[in-house]
Amino acid sequence: MWSRQRGRLKPLCCGVEELRCRRREREAALRKARREQQLVSKRLLRDEALEEAEEGCVAMIFGEAEIQQFLRLAQRGTEEKEREGALVSLRRGLQRPETQQTFIRLEGSIRTLVGLLTSNQALLQLEAARCLHELSHSEQSAVVEACLPATSYLLTYLSGHSSDFISPHLTVLEALGYALSQLLQAKEAPEKIIPSASTDSSVLGSTLPQHMLQLLQPGPKLNLGVAVEFAWCLHYIICSQVNNALLITQGALSTLGLLLLDLAGAVQRTEDAGLELLACPVFRCLSNLLTEAAAEAVGGQLQLRDERVVAALFILLQFLLQKQPSLLPEGLWLLNNLTANSPSFCTSLLSLDLIEPLLHLLSVSNVVSVLVLTVLCNVAEKGPAYCQRLWPGPLLSSLLDTLAFSDTEVVGQSLELLQLLFLYQPGAAQAFLQQSGLQALQRHEEVAQLQDRVHALQQTALHG
Amino acid sequence: MQLPPALHARLAGAPGSAEPLPVERDPAARTAPFRFAPRPVRFPREHDFFEEGDVQRHLYLQDVLTQVGGAPERPRVPEFTCQVAGCCQVFDALEDYEHHYHTLHRNVCSFCKRAFPSGHLLDTHILEWHDSLFQILAERQDMYQCLVEGCTEKFRTSRDRKEHLVMRHLYPVDFRFDKPRKSRGPVMPGAAEQVLAEAPGDDGVPSEVDAMEVCSEHVEPPPAPAGERRAYSHRIPSTICFGQGASRGFKRAKKRNKHQ
Repeated sequence: MWSRQRGRLKPLCCGVEELRCRRREREAALRKARREQQLVSKRLLRDEALEEAEEGCVAMIFGEAEIQQFLRLAQRGTEEKEREGALVSLRRGLQRPETQQTFIRLEGSIRTLVGLLTSNQALLQLEAARCLHELSHSEQSAVVEACLPATSYLLTYLSGHSSDFISPHLTVLEALGYALSQLLQAKEAPEKIIPSASTDSSVLGSTLPQHMLQLLQPGPKLNLGVAVEFAWCLHYIICSQVNNALLITQGALSTLGLLLLDLAGAVQRTEDAGLELLACPVFRCLSNLLTEAAAEAVGGQLQLRDERVVAALFILLQFLLQKQPSLLPEGLWLLNNLTANSPSFCTSLLSLDLIEPLLHLLSVSNVVSVLVLTVLCNVAEKGPAYCQRLWPGPLLSSLLDTLAFSDTEVVGQSLELLQLLFLYQPGAAQAFLQQSGLQALQRHEEVAQLQDRVHALQQTALHG
Repeated sequence: MQLPPALHARLAGAPGSAEPLPVERDPAARTAPFRFAPRPVRFPREHDFFEEGDVQRHLYLQDVLTQVGGAPERPRVPEFTCQVAGCCQVFDALEDYEHHYHTLHRNVCSFCKRAFPSGHLLDTHILEWHDSLFQILAERQDMYQCLVEGCTEKFRTSRDRKEHLVMRHLYPVDFRFDKPRKSRGPVMPGAAEQVLAEAPGDDGVPSEVDAMEVCSEHVEPPPAPAGERRAYSHRIPSTICFGQGASRGFKRAKKRNKHQ
């Protein structure tokens, strides 16, 4: 049962068209920022959020004495409202980097915060989680690193709760996951934070990855918000390529595979937008892990072999086509990595009748088309037994369509697939000729990257 | 994109992999000018391929953080009291009550009434504190399991385990997980004082850094009314070595000596 955070979605207060327009603007800004390698900048997150939430309210810079006062009140105040209020004030102050610095340098401040994060009073816990959120925004890695040591303890305390949908605990878990993801996203992360080599406090040296995998176990305990944060954490760890073999021995492939199945199930049951937020990092984790040698170890228990993963992936591709087509490439990347060196998964594609749905995606975009054609090549290159099952059917007419594309990469991949079909499937060349294939090829005779292959195919088609 | 109906059934079905069709490659397949070879692809974090996904992720975060920054909407209900015997906490929001109940009444030890944050910690407590077989086995082998899930280390004494938790997993030095039996007023109760798991014996003087049992409430101790402290030390006989009462008795005895 997937539970969303209560109170997460605020009511709309402006027109839908206006919202769409703003969203497009925000997207464009983010895209630009990423190209300039600035997407890790917390300022982007900060500015938008600040504007909307605290209009006209400028955060003050607090000194040591003030921070101590707030913490004391929060811990020991007699009135609940007073304690809450102290934390709210502290949180506002923590929006300023100066205050953040002062906070982490103050002895016992993190400890007190951790104590409040495990408070038995819901409101205090929630406000403390918000403070943690603020600290996670810091551009200074020292601030975020100050939070790292508390993680093991907090996870022990919080992990037991996730089965009971207690909102404050989930909020804290989510905040913690978010803080960690910010830390792991930092430029220094691959060298300083992730390696298990030297220090005990490094992320891989500790049991954090195992804890994370545990929080990603599918089942009734799984909470979407929490899972999203920890899936992104895992993604940053994996794509830093520090010690993925270790992660595989900890069962990462199997856990993520099961999570994919769960996701596909959830997608069938609910229209809940937001599942793609989890699908994306899961695709990335699985795809990158599959490139590790350890993933291919023959006879390994830890390998990913269940064909339900392929079924799940297609259900998710269909979902993405409706909700978020821009994420299709990531899903297809996973399909490529699953099928590239796996006769079994290629066979699954055929036996589960997934070729036609795959062809359906050819009209989405050039990037998607190249990936679809690559997957088809993965299948076809395994020989006649495979090509036989690709034929006849809509494949030929789809290929003739892609040959009409102007994108060189799409056409190039189509040519590769054609060659494999001509080689392994008798009658394919003949059928191609009959459907005016030669004319389709002609358009590309002068294109540098395609010429040689075009000529070769023309020869094969005409002379066998 | 139409999916074959049998696909959903397959998803719900048993795990398994397809028996692969025979692979038979012709060397002509990879000869120039054709160059296709199947290969799993790896992308590093900064790759352009991730642009879309990263942008979507940040859009989501911007939305979330806007809401985190704003005030929470909290549906209020008419005031009501916690129904658990001995507890008189009052609430006006269901979420608060749920949290309170879960934290203080849910995972409660039926022997000593301590409350724990999770079933796992409660189970560990019961095993280590209320199971005589455990004590017997503990004399011969390492029985104290590390509290961090996924860490397989075991220790001879709970003090060793505590040291491991602090050194290796960076737990706070004064951590404890259990909630004391009695609420000591409106302020969050919970002592940062060390609770002894060993019988007082040997030197008789409890050390600050002694072994922790399965506990942690990580808040500085609020100043408790002086009268209550004395009451504890009188009530619990010194021969009983476990439990907060006993240790506090010891501690306070020590402190009283100090001040005299």
